[in-house]
Amino acid sequence: MTLRERLLRLRYNHIPDHLIGEILTKRWTDNAIPFVALVITIAIFGTLIPGFFKPAALSDSTRQLGEFSIIVTGLTIVILGGGIDLSVGSNYAMSAFAAVITFFVWEQPLWVAFIAALGVGLTFGCINGYLIGYMRLRAFLTTLVTLIIGRAVFDILVIKYSTQVQQSQMASDVLDFIADETVYGVSVAVIIAVVIAAVAHVAMTRSRPGWHILSVGGSRRSAHNAGIRVRRTVFLTYVISGLCCGLTGFLVACRLSGAGPGTGAYLEIWALTAAVVGGNSLGGGRGSIVKGVMGAIIVLVTMNGLVRIGTGTGANQMALGLMLAVAVTLDIRWLKNRHKVLDEVYVTPVHHRMDDAPSALPGSGTPYALNNAISRTEYIGLEELEGPEDVILDRDDHLYCGTRHGEIIRFFAPDYKKSEVFAHTGGFPLGLAFDQAGNLLSCVGAMGLYSISPDRQVTRLSAETRRTWTSVVDDARLRDPNDCDVAPDGRIFFTDSTTRYDAHEWALDSIEARPTGRLLCYDPKTGKTTTVLEKLRYANGVCMAHDGQSLFLAESWACSVHRYWFDGPKAGTLEVVIKDMPGYPDNINRASDGTYWMAWLGMRTPSFDLALRHPGMRKRMTRNLPMDDWLFPNINTGGVVKFDETGKILGTLGDLTGISHPMVTSMREHKGWLYIGGILNNRIGRYKIPDADPNWTAPVAYWGEKP
Amino acid sequence: MTRLLSHLTQEVIVFLLAATLFLAAAIFLPGFMFKDGAFQAGNLIAMVRAVSVLGILAVGMGIVIIGRGIDLSAVAVMAMSVAWYLQMLNSGVPGWQALGWALAGVVAVGLINGFMVAYADVPAIFVTLASSYFVYGFVRSQLIVSDATPAPAGSWILELPNLGLVTSTHIPIDVYAFGAAVFVGFLFLRFTKWGRYIYLMGDNFMAARNMGVPVRPMTVLYYVISALMAFVAGILTTSSIQSMNVRVVNSNMLYDVILVCVIGGIGLSGGKGYMRNVVVGALLIGIMGNAMTIMDFTNVEQNLIKSIILLTAIIIDGLLNPRDEQTAQQGDI
Repeated sequence: MTLRERLLRLRYNHIPDHLIGEILTKRWTDNAIPFVALVITIAIFGTLIPGFFKPAALSDSTRQLGEFSIIVTGLTIVILGGGIDLSVGSNYAMSAFAAVITFFVWEQPLWVAFIAALGVGLTFGCINGYLIGYMRLRAFLTTLVTLIIGRAVFDILVIKYSTQVQQSQMASDVLDFIADETVYGVSVAVIIAVVIAAVAHVAMTRSRPGWHILSVGGSRRSAHNAGIRVRRTVFLTYVISGLCCGLTGFLVACRLSGAGPGTGAYLEIWALTAAVVGGNSLGGGRGSIVKGVMGAIIVLVTMNGLVRIGTGTGANQMALGLMLAVAVTLDIRWLKNRHKVLDEVYVTPVHHRMDDAPSALPGSGTPYALNNAISRTEYIGLEELEGPEDVILDRDDHLYCGTRHGEIIRFFAPDYKKSEVFAHTGGFPLGLAFDQAGNLLSCVGAMGLYSISPDRQVTRLSAETRRTWTSVVDDARLRDPNDCDVAPDGRIFFTDSTTRYDAHEWALDSIEARPTGRLLCYDPKTGKTTTVLEKLRYANGVCMAHDGQSLFLAESWACSVHRYWFDGPKAGTLEVVIKDMPGYPDNINRASDGTYWMAWLGMRTPSFDLALRHPGMRKRMTRNLPMDDWLFPNINTGGVVKFDETGKILGTLGDLTGISHPMVTSMREHKGWLYIGGILNNRIGRYKIPDADPNWTAPVAYWGEKP
Repeated sequence: MTRLLSHLTQEVIVFLLAATLFLAAAIFLPGFMFKDGAFQAGNLIAMVRAVSVLGILAVGMGIVIIGRGIDLSAVAVMAMSVAWYLQMLNSGVPGWQALGWALAGVVAVGLINGFMVAYADVPAIFVTLASSYFVYGFVRSQLIVSDATPAPAGSWILELPNLGLVTSTHIPIDVYAFGAAVFVGFLFLRFTKWGRYIYLMGDNFMAARNMGVPVRPMTVLYYVISALMAFVAGILTTSSIQSMNVRVVNSNMLYDVILVCVIGGIGLSGGKGYMRNVVVGALLIGIMGNAMTIMDFTNVEQNLIKSIILLTAIIIDGLLNPRDEQTAQQGDI
């Protein structure tokens, strides 16, 4: 390698820029922007305002913050449900007034005042909820009008009763405690706010009503069609918001011991800005309580900060308007363009260099030289099948294969003309294997390892393994289970080709060439799945060796075959058996003469090999060109290769016409015939192997005669 | 009878209601139309005059609503642009230059509103709410010095009520302006291509876009129109009270403008309504406001009554143009 190539390798293989894309797939990244905004806001006002962090000042501002964040929590729930509640301003003022008049004028106990405040909040919430939830009016205008109505009623009442409130002699220790005292330095308002935020967070993320609210916000129509009572759910959100306002009204009534004409003025716009600045999507479905609380802190700190710095009249409104506009625009643009950004940065190719392969050209004289042997095979299921990735035969000579429709098809011996749907898996069945009891095991694409009993019972064996600590994308989930085989003791070894892409995006994985594939082992005794080998370049075929202690493992994008010993004296060792092949290996299966068959899904090309050594070029390609113009590995020609335990190539079978079997993903020997499948093919081919044992079958050879 | 009922649109109902109210007020309310048994036009003229500014704002708002938008920044633009204009005149900026600046500012707000709605896909309600706050805050804190800005003596604005036409007919300039605004709005919506486009957009936005209506420039256009209407309304306000008090932004005026449109029969879901609906709506509000003032309702009480009427109007609008889970648009709040 030249120095330049070494540097390239250093740059692309050791700087983990794939993590940017992986982090962007995470939902919690949505929280990052408001969090940074929060830190910046506090930093700015903390430095501008002397004594900002003094306990006394903090105690006072946190009391206000506690009250404010309760309202924002309620509003956030409404927004998550796809609505909006502007009436919080007057609702809160009315609740405060209800508490004040009950306690100070009607001289009732404080708990009655508490209930009165909650009752007023509840009433407002029910009215809003009924109008918007059940009558389906527009949330914004409706709550705007209930805001004005509430404000007008409040203005009338507050003027009427203000002198009576001021002359009242009522006092209460509890009231004073709520208003002035702290518990371990934390005021009652803050404690209540934290409790409410925590309860709301748990309810929204982990309870049925919470999920209903989120799904109604996410897609009202789908929620309706899924049987969720949309109207009642919407109603509920406004009721919750109303109750939050009622509670806050009570707290503020205690703090101020009264309510004046200015109580709650412009609160609705403050709360709305807070919810949106926190990053909750207008229109619902996306957001969280935590975001709402972060937004509440940002808005309150900014508003109070501007007042304390001493900016003139109007500066607050200017800041609010600016914050609201910027937050809404950012949110909408981000929501709209997030997947574009993700597409741009997710594919991060690495440098991968393979040595030159021996030629596979017909007549080139190398062991790999392809012939035209399988261009004329007996077709099975022509035009009936779509995507038989793997084929397998049972003890009674019936033939099984998967299709891309999620079914396993069974063709009946002896002529394989008649077929039936043997089982429906729901995902694309890839690798197949029989265990000792005759259960058909299958790696179902994007789903996991499944077992289908002879009486067609489909059971999931494994869909996850242990997550690695350093992983960003969830690598516990099986994204691309590909092939499986069973050890003599019943353990199932299977591959998961990549952790960064879904099964249908295998082409992106090939362009990236990042080794993320794994060999996994499912142990039926414990029901647990363990990761055996990691960092494989598209781990593909698995096949038990004839010795029962080791297995062969194909690594597609590395064009190599490994042997891994899981038992016996060499247990745990991994050896390269074949490397730098001219083709991309797929499934491997045992042959009757003690050797192995291997499928080539495609052939290496000099251009793609060169591209693999230039990760920067591939990166620019995925960013700047439409997908149609990308350079992909060639999968239009493949073949079948026979090799022995030492890795010696014994022969090849090819289809130079490209009609019958251009791409081969699996082959299975059975009673002197070779059955050939291809994931992009519409048939299974049957090829008579010269000089093969006409009685050899894989189940009998491996598991013995039927007990 | 059924034929008669089918003609009973919201507009007709409102008109009948307005007529009934008018008659009732004329007969039972002393001072509304007759004082001590003698006809007097003064109160009626005052009534129409009182709703003229509202009506001009409602013409702009109506055009926006027909195009399926809403402009919550109208009152802020009205007050702040004129206040800034007066401030410039008071501080000695030459008249034409000041007018140019003010108009440029007004058009800029309209452009920004329209741009954010049309090109950045932000819901109109939030764009205009934010711009309302921003415009108020920016002008109040940066460009003017106090809430009330008087018009400089001898300004052309103060001369408006003394125009020949006005003095000869005894009908205030506001009424002429309102009439002119309605007429121009009518001509625009009825006889120009762009006017028809606005109906198409309001009726079915996606279909209009698919058939080639330039929906984005059109959206920008109607926000600019609304902003310009607001400026005209502001000038008229100043001509009658000789100053501009920006506290009007914090009042319920904006809701009155929406009330005029909705109650007159301009459906909030867009595509429906004409300029005559604005007239009908404005008349009803004018009669009500005038009657309530004569009956000695306080301002707050009037607000309460008007907002309850607005809520009723929205409920009726919702019943007449129902939305359900299958047809409601996501994020349509």
